[in-house]
Amino acid sequence: MTSPTLYALTGAALIGIGFYGLIEAQHLLRRVITFNLIGSGLFVFLGAVGARNDGFDPIPQALIITGIVVALSASALAVGLVVAHSRASGRATFPEEDEDA
Amino acid sequence: MSALAAVLVLPLAGALFAVALSGRATRIVALAASAGTLAAALALAASVISHGTLRLEVGGWAPPVGIVLEADGLSIAMIVMTAFVMVAASLSACHMLAPEAAGPRVAFGFWPLMLLLWTALNAVFLSRDLFNLYVGIELLSLAAIGLVALEGKAAALSAAIRYMIFALAGSLLYLAGLVLVYAAHGALDIGLLADRMPAETDALALALMTAGLMAKTALFPFHVWLPPAHGGAAAPASAMLSGLVPKASFIILLRLWFEVMPDRAAGEALTLMAALGIAAVVWGSVGALVQIRMKLIVAYSTVAQIGYLFLFFPLAGGASAEQPWAGGAWNGMVFFAVSHGLAKAAMFIAVGQWMSVRGSDRLDEMRGFASAMPMTAFAFVLASITIVGLPPSGGFTAKYLIMTSAFAAGQWFWGLVMAGGGLLAAAYLYRPVAEIFARADIPALPVPSRVWQVVPLFLACAAVALGIASSAPFELLTMGRPQAAEDGL
Repeated sequence: MTSPTLYALTGAALIGIGFYGLIEAQHLLRRVITFNLIGSGLFVFLGAVGARNDGFDPIPQALIITGIVVALSASALAVGLVVAHSRASGRATFPEEDEDA
Repeated sequence: MSALAAVLVLPLAGALFAVALSGRATRIVALAASAGTLAAALALAASVISHGTLRLEVGGWAPPVGIVLEADGLSIAMIVMTAFVMVAASLSACHMLAPEAAGPRVAFGFWPLMLLLWTALNAVFLSRDLFNLYVGIELLSLAAIGLVALEGKAAALSAAIRYMIFALAGSLLYLAGLVLVYAAHGALDIGLLADRMPAETDALALALMTAGLMAKTALFPFHVWLPPAHGGAAAPASAMLSGLVPKASFIILLRLWFEVMPDRAAGEALTLMAALGIAAVVWGSVGALVQIRMKLIVAYSTVAQIGYLFLFFPLAGGASAEQPWAGGAWNGMVFFAVSHGLAKAAMFIAVGQWMSVRGSDRLDEMRGFASAMPMTAFAFVLASITIVGLPPSGGFTAKYLIMTSAFAAGQWFWGLVMAGGGLLAAAYLYRPVAEIFARADIPALPVPSRVWQVVPLFLACAAVALGIASSAPFELLTMGRPQAAEDGL
């Protein structure tokens, strides 16, 4: 197995784990982490795409760096909202999901 | 060319200055940036009307390395509409979100978020690169979520988190499709992708991106986040969120289906999108019928109105693209998007003015307000006329164009949905209008001055004027129209 294929499969596995977590998790902080997992998986996959031909394609690297900055700001806002929500309401899940939290 | 850069740079610079300054200075800088961006938007529109489509390769780099910005008829229509709504929202924020009325946190936070939202909207309307569109739509979501959460109460925060989960999931789906497109073609520029060799993964990529953008547009069944988010935000913020934000992801959908991959527009997929649109029209209208709070009625009405936007897909896309009726359906859709944006913003601002007097937006509290605030009430009624689609409003022109092309195509069913949806809209807007104009003795309340009442009236009049003077915008829309929709005329 070539290393780009290995990276692509790793990315796919990360996306799968993240997707499972997104459906399964109820704690809001966990949901934020699953978004990060899926995003990271996509970036690993995109990196593998850039290495598939002979030589390097620099564009995926530029895209990944930009994407990481976007993901970082989204995560920061998300965590801030979850913290504010749990301070205001006293819980870190949605009200209708409380019974099994 | 400079106006093209100015509509992006001015609001962004204004947002940064607004964060750095404080108190009155924030508001003054933000209003100055708004005025400047409105002027730039109008200048851009004037130069596109006289010189045709404008194109800017950022930094002099050509694609596939560089990013292209392009102003065509569709983007100009959206940018000018956005500028009007934004200026109206910022003027009404001056009195509704003043520090003494809304608290220092809201009074400060509104301005930078509003300008960031404006930057992101203009970036989405102008970008010709799929990744740049991703960054634009993500910035748009972050600013919109911030506006929903602005008041900091538990209900607002929970609405914001729900919105965030849908918006982030949508972004990731879009990003996944984008990665597949790059893997197959090694390019993300819309112009380059239009001439690509079709690849096997194209259909999957298009499906992923479409699902993500539907979640952001709040098309049924991804609409559940919209009513609490739009109904809970401060009124000037709701006006922007409901009138403008769903249009941005919708415009990306148009670019994908009509410019990037018109060859992948299978009839079944287009019919599915229109079917979801019908479900949205019915669900949103019934939702609006049973609400007892004004803002929720207006928010559910947005769910219904977004449904109409998707009805035009089977009439203008796929096999219909080459047919004579496609052009009419396309124009009708853009008319619909623009007149809905203006009318919905007018409605939210009008409701916000009553709320700021009454302290509540329950329907029975609004009884008899027409005698206290006649101009605001008139604005609400004019906006209702556009939403229902009665002549001579922009909403009527839109529905007329889409209906004629539905009958020309022999797909009369979509026309029937349009007519039925109009009846439903009349039904759910009857209750608020009847309450406002009911005869009732209302106590003497400190109503906002006539100057502020003009703001929603201006927006509502613009939505109606779109129907009366429809030929000028009609010509604008034919400019730089994607090939797939142009052949029909």
